[in-house]
Amino acid sequence: MINIKNLHKNFGDNEILKGIDLQIKKGETTIIIGPSGSGKTTLLRCINLLEFPNTGSIRVGANELVFGGNKEPTDKEILTLRRNTGMVFQGFHLFPHMTVVANIMEGLTTVHKQPKKVAYDKALKLLDKVGLLEKCDSYPHELSGGQQQRVAIARAMAIEPLVLLFDEPTSALDPELAQEVFNVMKELSKEGMTMVVVTHNMNFARKVADNIIFIDNGIIAYKGTPDELLTNTTNTRINQFLNLVSE
Amino acid sequence: MNLDADSLRIIGILKDSFFPLLIAGLKFTIPVAVVSFALGSLLAMVTALARISKYKSLNLISGFYVWIIRGTPLLVQLFIIFFGLPAAGITIGAIPAGIIGFTLNVGAYNSEVIRAAILSIPKGQWEAASSIGMTHTQSLLRIILPQAARVSVPPLSNSFISLIKDTSLAAAITLPEMFQVAQQITATTYEPLILYCEVAFIYLIFCTILNIIQQKIEKKLERYVAM
Repeated sequence: MINIKNLHKNFGDNEILKGIDLQIKKGETTIIIGPSGSGKTTLLRCINLLEFPNTGSIRVGANELVFGGNKEPTDKEILTLRRNTGMVFQGFHLFPHMTVVANIMEGLTTVHKQPKKVAYDKALKLLDKVGLLEKCDSYPHELSGGQQQRVAIARAMAIEPLVLLFDEPTSALDPELAQEVFNVMKELSKEGMTMVVVTHNMNFARKVADNIIFIDNGIIAYKGTPDELLTNTTNTRINQFLNLVSE
Repeated sequence: MNLDADSLRIIGILKDSFFPLLIAGLKFTIPVAVVSFALGSLLAMVTALARISKYKSLNLISGFYVWIIRGTPLLVQLFIIFFGLPAAGITIGAIPAGIIGFTLNVGAYNSEVIRAAILSIPKGQWEAASSIGMTHTQSLLRIILPQAARVSVPPLSNSFISLIKDTSLAAAITLPEMFQVAQQITATTYEPLILYCEVAFIYLIFCTILNIIQQKIEKKLERYVAM
């Protein structure tokens, strides 16, 4: 489903990603953990090209983009890749001038040129899925943070991406609201959605992840199932990190 | 109470001049301001987009235009257009000359307002629009500009109110707007204090009405923004 090869990303002289290789299979939930500044968010943002890698390649579905070669990806190739990936942000970023249902319809009507009626019905289905059908005509600022994030998940799913990317989706929420977002994500994971999630919540990781990736200093320092990572590892960096986040 | 002859005369002048002034305001001041503001806002939008575009040449051209207009007095610009250009073989009537001058001004000043409003929209909004597959143009039209419009209402209203008052400068290029009519009446009645206070009062009424309209628009746009 996703195949990332030798991905490098610098910000100026600062090399954030130092050669990432990563394969993600269809239907898997992959959790990315790591200390702050390690490059986990940058990796996620590279997958849907909010950041452009300097070199390396990214394949999502059938589309492969190569960076730093003779020919940079065209705008069209970039848009195609973005339309195959959905992104959920730490800060929600709902469109404040649109109602909840209009937020979800936007990708369908503007990007996929679907008729309003079709988009509306689909948006309502997605709202129902995230448990917010009754909020369809509210504006984002009338919702709690947890509700906003659930709408953002519905918005990302509306364009039927091959993979959903989550960038610390609950770190702006208090534990109770975080839980409602995690519940929605757990449900999606069970239904076979391919997901890549950056989070510090090890409890969630343990329950939902098929794979956990530990990124440290721009490289993948460890990859394994949650059980392997949490019980068997002898890597001192990982143990240090896990002790920190579980405090 | 008996009014003396002087008071009666003043009341007479006020009464006789009020409608000619008001009519000049409605026939010239307001239309010239509205047309200039509409054209100028379009120009401002294009200029703002050129200033934040990734193309260096567009940045330079738009920056140069804003620099020239903001750095020279409006009255001088009007004189160049109306009295100066005929020397270069381009003769323009007073009304079009006024509209051109005001439009160029509105375009330059408001482009800064619109540019600031666009830049004030958080980067996350652009990213969210990209993440659902929107092109740059779609993001701008559907997501960024509607939000920027709300932010720009107070400064744009401000600029429109300024423009209403600035149209009085066109009296100097023979445009028969409200202030010029006041000058003409003064020339026959020799009552500058009364006439100029009267015309100031009518400008005040116009601006007050605009203020009320501005507040209505702001209220309407407020509904989707948490305060």
